[in-house]
Amino acid sequence: MISQFELSLIAGIFIGGIAGYIGTLMVVRRMSVAADPLSHLVLPGVALGLLFNFDISIGAILSITFGMILIWLLEIKTKLSTETLIAVIFTLGAAFALLILPGADIEEVFVGDISKINFSSAVISVVLAVILFFVIRKFYSKMILTEISEELAKVEGVSSKKMLFIYLIAVAIVVALGVKIVGGLLTASLVAIPAATAKNLSKNLFQYSILGIILGVLSSFLGIFLFKFLPLPAGILITLTGGLFFFVSLIFKR
Amino acid sequence: MIADNLKEKAKILEVKNLNVELEGNKIIEDLSFEVEKGEVLTILGPNGAGKTTLFRALIGLLPFKGKIGWQKGIKIGFVPQRLPFIKNIPLSVKEFLELKNVSRQETEAALDSVGMQKEILDNNIGGLSSGQFQRILVAFALVSNPEVLLFDEPTIGIDIGGEETIYNLLGKLKKERNLTVLLITHDLSIVYKISTNILCLNKKALCYGLPKEVLTAENLARLYGEKIKFYSHVHD
Repeated sequence: MISQFELSLIAGIFIGGIAGYIGTLMVVRRMSVAADPLSHLVLPGVALGLLFNFDISIGAILSITFGMILIWLLEIKTKLSTETLIAVIFTLGAAFALLILPGADIEEVFVGDISKINFSSAVISVVLAVILFFVIRKFYSKMILTEISEELAKVEGVSSKKMLFIYLIAVAIVVALGVKIVGGLLTASLVAIPAATAKNLSKNLFQYSILGIILGVLSSFLGIFLFKFLPLPAGILITLTGGLFFFVSLIFKR
Repeated sequence: MIADNLKEKAKILEVKNLNVELEGNKIIEDLSFEVEKGEVLTILGPNGAGKTTLFRALIGLLPFKGKIGWQKGIKIGFVPQRLPFIKNIPLSVKEFLELKNVSRQETEAALDSVGMQKEILDNNIGGLSSGQFQRILVAFALVSNPEVLLFDEPTIGIDIGGEETIYNLLGKLKKERNLTVLLITHDLSIVYKISTNILCLNKKALCYGLPKEVLTAENLARLYGEKIKFYSHVHD
């Protein structure tokens, strides 16, 4: 029988890897910080999941979708900027989560708790991570091309809007998965830090994307491994491990 | 006029009564022109005249009213003015060219056309000189063997190496690959050498025709204001 620790480790490795991979796209699009407000959007869903005992990733995906639709509708209605609306919606989301949650669960929402992951939830995470990997790999070149130039992409028959849609869905799912291991406050670390480190160390796209995955996997693996011996939440340890790699990479920066 | 039967040769692009509006501002008004196979149409105009907007509409990136008719199934190559975000991406020259999903041979043939060696393929895009980068942009457009090249304002006076200007290169490519070219430029001195047709654009078409007929002091003054003088006998 697989132990709770092994379960956490497996889920963490897959989520860390896919977050690192998608992070390479987010860093190139200068959008890695957006993972943070997005992760706040998942908080109400995570809170409901904890309260009514269903998988928090499902709650997360539902509330992030709801939040994005709300922002989209408000943007049409009010003409306020997306940025302003994200601020409005995500703080309301966080406040709502705090309101409905019993005190003991609050830490779990904000810094995550991979050690409580159950078997079905781990399986869902691994399957989603694998599917996302193949979807992103299929469109990676096209997404890079749309980032380089909308014109060049268009002439090649690549639709920037379609790529943006696939990308945003992928980011939303990764954020929802990431909340499970590092919580709502630290999700940006899961996508941004491995990719930033990889960027320091790579001179081409191949190295960059592979290193993003490897560093994501390593940070999660070491973070969860340390968690077994230290009295600290795994989410914090994963983020700090990633941070350590980042500072070491500065020494070797190309 | 030589012959009307020559007129029958392939019409590659027909633009009729084109109107483009962006956020309520009219950028292009009632523009009509045609491009035939093998032509070099130069689009002249001051900043903000709608030249780049015209290119964006031609490749289908902007909504428009009127008609833009390309020959069926034609392959377009686009050489953008700048790519401001590309240096933010760790990308080798090879990876950049292969974003187009083409074979190694096509990539190398395109490199050869712009006079570059295979060795450059492993270099990082961000580390290229501006001249090398411009050649690579042209190579990128050539990789899929386009029949038409849209060339958005190549940087003037840039030394792309080997005493060659971007316009010599363009002239050579046109011959070698039998290209039709639409070119945006400010560089009046080369317009004569390379263009078969001129379109002066400032929201509307101010002049359209053969270089010798339309490049008059009067037309240029109307296009750019009074300050510009153009000496047709100056060749560099």
